This record gives sequence, C-alpha cells and structure tokens, in this order.
Amino acid sequence: MKYVDEFRSPELISKAGEEIRKLADPKQHYRIMEVCGGHTHAIYRFGLKDLLPENVELIHGPGCPVCVLPMGRIDDGLALAAEPNFIFAAFGDMMRVPGTHGSPLEYKARGMDVRIVYSPSDALKLARNNPEKHVMFFAIGFETTAPSTALTLVRAKAEGLRNFSVFCNHVTIIPAIRAILDSPDMRLDGFVGPGHVSTVIGCRPYDWIAKDEGKPVVVSGFEPLDILQSIVMLLRQLRNGEAKVENQYKRVVPWEGNSAALRAMAEVFELRPYFEWRGLGFISQSALKIRASYAEWDSEQRFIVPGVRVTDPKAAQCGEVLKGVLKPAQCKLFGRECTPEQPVGALMVSSEGSCAAYYNYEHRKPVTIASSMAV
Amino acid sequence: MCLAIPGKIVELDAENANLALVDVVGVRRKVDLGLLQDAPPVPGDWVLIHVGFAMSKISEADAADQMRTLTMLGETAAAMEEVRGYGLEEDPPEDYGKGWKQ
Repeated sequence: MKYVDEFRSPELISKAGEEIRKLADPKQHYRIMEVCGGHTHAIYRFGLKDLLPENVELIHGPGCPVCVLPMGRIDDGLALAAEPNFIFAAFGDMMRVPGTHGSPLEYKARGMDVRIVYSPSDALKLARNNPEKHVMFFAIGFETTAPSTALTLVRAKAEGLRNFSVFCNHVTIIPAIRAILDSPDMRLDGFVGPGHVSTVIGCRPYDWIAKDEGKPVVVSGFEPLDILQSIVMLLRQLRNGEAKVENQYKRVVPWEGNSAALRAMAEVFELRPYFEWRGLGFISQSALKIRASYAEWDSEQRFIVPGVRVTDPKAAQCGEVLKGVLKPAQCKLFGRECTPEQPVGALMVSSEGSCAAYYNYEHRKPVTIASSMAV
Repeated sequence: MCLAIPGKIVELDAENANLALVDVVGVRRKVDLGLLQDAPPVPGDWVLIHVGFAMSKISEADAADQMRTLTMLGETAAAMEEVRGYGLEEDPPEDYGKGWKQ
C-alpha cells in the first residue's frame, strides 16, 4: 500500500498495463532489455514485472558500471594505491566492491588512505589539499559520469596540478549493446534505452539498432509510468512491424545530447582498442582511455600497472546474470553466500545491480504497486 | 553515482566562472557548470546534477518531477548524502588543515 500513494497517476499506470496486455500478441513471447541499471532498480522496486503479461519479459542489461568492471581492474587500482603517500579516491559505490584481496573499504581498514568522493572535482580538491601526496581518482561509469571526469582532467592540466591522476575505467554503452546483440544465446525484441546516458549522447547513437538490427529502442525516464509507457511504445512498434528510435524522456533528454559534454570527452579521451567487461568478455572499442596529451594525469601512463586478470569466483554466475541468460535467483550463491551485506559479486553491491535489486525487492517480497492495487 | 539530482542555481561564483552555488532542497553547494557552457544557466534556472556537475537545464516542473522520482526510488537519502558530500564538506577535519595550499 505504501508505494501506491506516491505514484503520480495510479489510474494511468493501470491504463498502461491494460494497453500492454492489449498490444502483446498472446502467440508471441517478447524479450525486452532495459539497458540501464537505474531502470532495473525501478522495475524491481515497483514490482513492474507483476503488471506485465507473462509473455512480456524484461531482461536486465549491462548498464550498471560497478557491475561490469572486472575484478582485475580493482586489483590494479588498489595495487597502485599501495605505494606510500598515495590516496585512493573513488565514489561510494566502489567502496564495497570486492577485489581479490578485499574491497577498497577493507584496504582502508588495513591502513590504505582510501577516501570517498562524491565528485571527481573533489578528488582534485584532495590533491590540492595534500600536495605531499598523490591522489588517484578511480573513475568508473558510462557516459553519464565520463564528461565530469574529462572536465576534471582539463582543470587539473590547466592548473598544472601534478599530484593528481585518474585511473580510467570509463566504458561506453553502445559497444556493450552490440556485443549483446551479437551474442548467439541472446534473442531480444527491443530496448528500453538508458535515460541519463542519453542526456549526454542523445538518441542518434541508437539509430543502428533500429536500422541495421531491426529492433526498436525507446529512451525512457525512471518513473513507473515512464517505463510502462516505453514498453507500450516498443510493443506498438513491434505490432506495426516498425523499428525506430523514440524518446519517451523528452523532458530531460535532448535528441542531440549535450555537445559540450561530448566535446570534453573528445578532448581528453580516446577509445581503447579493447576492454574487458565482467560477463561479456573483451569488447573492442568499448572503453575510454586518456589521450597522450593528458599522460601526466593518467595513472596508467604514469605508473606501472600490474595488469591483473582474474576470473570471478567460480561458483558466482555474475556473467550469466549480466548477459541476461540467468535470473539473479538462479545463481547458486544468490541469497546464501552472496547477499547485499556480504557480496561475493558486484551485482549484489550496487543498488543498480540486478542481484541487489532482486534481493531487496523481490526476494523479500515487499508490497508492490501491483499487489497494492489489487487490495 | 548515477543519480540525477535537481537543483536551483542561486548565484554564479564571483571568482570562478565555472562554478555556481546551487540549492538542493535547502542544502547549498558549489557545482561545476562547465558541461553547460553552450547555454550557461543563470540564477533561478534549474539543472540536473551528476557527480557535482550540472549536466542539463530543466524546467521547474521537471525538477519537481525528478525529486519525486528520487523519493519514489528510495534514493532521496543517497542524493542528499551526495550533495552534502560535494566539496568534501563531510569530513573537514581529515581533509582540511594539513598541507593546505592557499
């Protein structure tokens, strides 16, 4: 009952649910991927699955930056920061993500100087405040956060602040979608496109999904009604045999994106030839590295990085869950060895990880919008 | 980290043109405007903030929508923790003082 009062328009939500049931051909099974972890979180929190007919299945995509980061990168970052006079700075989301020998938080307990920052510019501020130390910002995220890291590097260079560098793990969403579409065990009918990434990149980069792959994309907001409307728009396209890119989140996402943000990224970053993603393996041109013109501020060009490659704990099936092949609860460790309190895999750490979302909202079965409406 | 937090521009920083004081439900912090340089916001404008950077200009109604979305998603506390954390304000004793470069 709790959630239903908070909804903008419960009646519109039921209408969208009805519309979805009308549009979905009972003879078909629809598999729709929500790319963004924020959408995954919202879908579980509001129990939106319960409003969908059985033949409309939501597959959770790779859009949780903490989740797709391979453990070796965390190990590499922590190995660098083990040097004397280093400060390891990262967003709070990173702090509990396990590396081979523990999470950043556990390293902090063992004496490493680990700081949570809420903005890359605060990592820069840490460097200004601690001139005798080297501050390494462990940067993660898709195009939502990459422009902020880029601009921070521009500022560091302009200021000539030499005791600051970025260990860059920024990834880009389009190659991940391509890898998923190329994956032989994956059949998808359409995509709920990411909301905030699209404020930066706009809607054009999804064109090929519609034109070349023949699959509709609807860029979506995060409210229950937004997500349901996006599913309506996708099903309508599928019913009409169309495949185009639509923008349901017009109130925030401009079709062209944010050109100043894209310029900042182009100034500082170039594409890596390839990058490893947890669960998806190596994907070519899927991540950003810092250009040689910013080498001084690139932890990887400035220091010797061990280049650790580790496989995930064998029993944990993060990869299969990330690809949407397994549901979270089908993993052998789910809810037993691996919980949000004691995560084994990254998908259990972030609130945007599908395992944590599933654990918090589905596994514990709170009152959802669908069940409260039935009362 | 992936939160989009709505805030209202209170004033532009007199010393640094890239910064503005922004109000997020009563908490005021400096955010970077550099990613909106093509159409810089002015005091009274509403923006969506990601990790301390204003990322898009939005209407007041959309700002209210976004705040409600955060509430519905149970992310208000996390959003306010993030905003309060901007500028390292949360732990000044640890970060300030030693090695402070004026």
